[in-house]
Amino acid sequence: MREVWITGIGLATSLGEGLAPHLAALRDPAAGPVLDETSFAPWSIHPLPSLPFESQIPRRDFRQMETWQRLGSFTAGLALDSAGAKTLGAGIDLIVAAGGGERDTALDEAIFADMAGVPAAELGGWLNQRVMAGLRPTLFLAQLPNLLAGSITMVHGVARSSRTLMGGEAAAADALRLGMAKIALGGGEMALVGGATSPARWDDLFTYGCGGLPWRGPWQPVAERGANGGGFCLGGIGAFLLLEEAGHARARGATPFARLTQVATSMATRQGADTAEASAAVLLGQFGGRLRPGAAVFSTATGVTEAMAAETAFLAGAGLGQPLFIGDLLGHGAEASFAAAVALAALLAQAGEAPQTLVSGFGPWRGEALALVEAV
Amino acid sequence: MKDHRGRPVVAVTGLGLVSPLGFGVVDNWAALVAGRSGVRPITRFDTANLKTSFAGTVMLPEEAGGRFVRSADRMHRYAEMAADEALAMAGLGGKGGFPGPLVLGMPPIEIEMADRVAAAARANTPTYPAMVGMPPEEMRRDRTLLVGPPARLAAQYGTRGAPLALSTACATGVTAIQFAMEAIWYGEAEAVLCICTEASITPESLIRFSLLQALSTRNDSPETASRPFDATRDGFVMAEGAACLVLESAAHAKARGARPLGYVLGGGEFADGFHRTRSNPDGSTIVTAMRRALDDAGVTPEQIDYVNAHGTSTPENDKMECLGMQTVFGARVPPASSNKSMIGHSISASGAIEAVFSLLTIRDQKLPPTINYHNPDPAIVLDVVPNVARDARVERVLSNSFGFGGQNSCLVLAASPV
Repeated sequence: MREVWITGIGLATSLGEGLAPHLAALRDPAAGPVLDETSFAPWSIHPLPSLPFESQIPRRDFRQMETWQRLGSFTAGLALDSAGAKTLGAGIDLIVAAGGGERDTALDEAIFADMAGVPAAELGGWLNQRVMAGLRPTLFLAQLPNLLAGSITMVHGVARSSRTLMGGEAAAADALRLGMAKIALGGGEMALVGGATSPARWDDLFTYGCGGLPWRGPWQPVAERGANGGGFCLGGIGAFLLLEEAGHARARGATPFARLTQVATSMATRQGADTAEASAAVLLGQFGGRLRPGAAVFSTATGVTEAMAAETAFLAGAGLGQPLFIGDLLGHGAEASFAAAVALAALLAQAGEAPQTLVSGFGPWRGEALALVEAV
Repeated sequence: MKDHRGRPVVAVTGLGLVSPLGFGVVDNWAALVAGRSGVRPITRFDTANLKTSFAGTVMLPEEAGGRFVRSADRMHRYAEMAADEALAMAGLGGKGGFPGPLVLGMPPIEIEMADRVAAAARANTPTYPAMVGMPPEEMRRDRTLLVGPPARLAAQYGTRGAPLALSTACATGVTAIQFAMEAIWYGEAEAVLCICTEASITPESLIRFSLLQALSTRNDSPETASRPFDATRDGFVMAEGAACLVLESAAHAKARGARPLGYVLGGGEFADGFHRTRSNPDGSTIVTAMRRALDDAGVTPEQIDYVNAHGTSTPENDKMECLGMQTVFGARVPPASSNKSMIGHSISASGAIEAVFSLLTIRDQKLPPTINYHNPDPAIVLDVVPNVARDARVERVLSNSFGFGGQNSCLVLAASPV
């Protein structure tokens, strides 16, 4: 197994752009999150600040994207810049964790408002006409999950391979696992891995609302939501990591933020004996003796009751320390959360403030993941 | 049993198919070599005001009475039908205990317009803020979250570890097989259940592709609309269906006495940064993807007997694919036909469906035709196996898939491991 380093980090969240505001928040978690409790009331979000997307994305490409893709392409560029790898794209494998892109909710609502008088027998044809007339043709390209990767290839030239995983937190952790495995086992030298989520989306709230997942009401810390029904607050997160084989990084003079020592994922059915806790315990067993007492613990637990309870029970049962809940700082970033947590762990490792961090992530419905980040 | 790069040889021991041509490998293959079209007018929803009113649809037994089946359920049904067939063929994974992971190629499921409209009609005001938390009863997590389909299938088949759900648009099927091969190569698994499924024939999806002018509009003649490489081709035809391949290390298959149906020798890919929907004008990206697949498989262009072409029937793809093949193969381009002339383009499933057909091509030493080929395009000089299947000696097949969004991937499949 070859050693895998994190040599590039691109991060933009409600806390700001780049590494400094995130390091500051890790050092002073009590400063609290940046929130918007009114725009989507009664649902609270961790909003994105105004970001200089144009610094990473040419104008002609910019128009083809919505916020989700812009944020992803932007942070992918930041990660490449931070690794000094902007010109090395042809040799970089790309693995993106992606959800679906934005809908035109204004068009949807205009259609909903006008449909009341349409006879039921004519509704299908009427809807066809309205959608056909109202939909912006290029919006489709901003919606397809694989088009974030497509945009990153187009904007930054990352092209050795391009793969997109779908499925929330589980996809995020698997993207990292596969990117690491490719390098560790000699299938490549560099992999750009990550995802992005825009929180300011009624269509996402509607979709997640079907599963009863969003937190309703004024913001509360994730650990305190369980008593009131639980739920997550969406957070704007763009997080990309450049993973690189250690020797390759040394040879080109790149300095590591941290070593990515292991990523392990599984998916319990969370029924009967096949619990998330048991699933994560098996994963932890794969870490052997590498995890030392006193390791920091970051959790991407979202505040959704059952998963949150399972994850905290697992961490306590394994004798691990009190976790830092990333969701309290950044909100829930779905496909971007796990990479963001690993990025934060790498920042602390480089700063000499956490030689080892275990990153734990139980998806709000399915998927368990653990990662170990260590100082080089 | 190692390949030229010292990796475990990957055998295929189970196949399953659902396509507009029918259910199961036997019926599908018979229809394909007979040159039959599975493209037909859409009857499951009102097509008034749509530019394209036909597709390669699959009718499930349970919808015979006109029952509405949501895309999320439809793709699950196709997936389980294909998987049941493949697992029975492989003789592996009985009683819901498959000894390896699931790799699932699938479309991005979403709440369909019909369900949004229903939610809006029930809400106090027809707006999203009023609709959140008021979904139709049936909108369960496994039908709305992207982790739903892989979680549902992984539980059903008792696969091990975390299932992967992926999308590289039209290249999804090939990417899924690549992930499966890599799991075996990297020693993570001895067997992988690889399922690719597609069920995106909804009014909104048709409209999205129509607005990009990607679809054929030959509404008066659906069965002749998909005409890859023909000079009069005017776009692709949406289709649905699923394919399943049980992939195993050859050693694992041998140890349990399973007979390989063929081998996947390698895959290659290269992403195109030129344009979101068009390929690089010199064809260099798809050329690189094809060459990487050949290198990965350890074969030379001369050792490829047949190309299962991407062949979408769009003006752009077919011209570029031909140019790419001429660059890779030089003066001797092998016969290259398009399954899509008969089944249409089942986007997330097509690469896997075509991998299955490639293995059947090898098994029966028979090249399926490109149907609806009547007007040669002067820009495309290619033996497309026009209109009628024919016998041929086929040891190795190159299967191409080039995706919307620039993801280009190719596979080499073979009768024997070298």
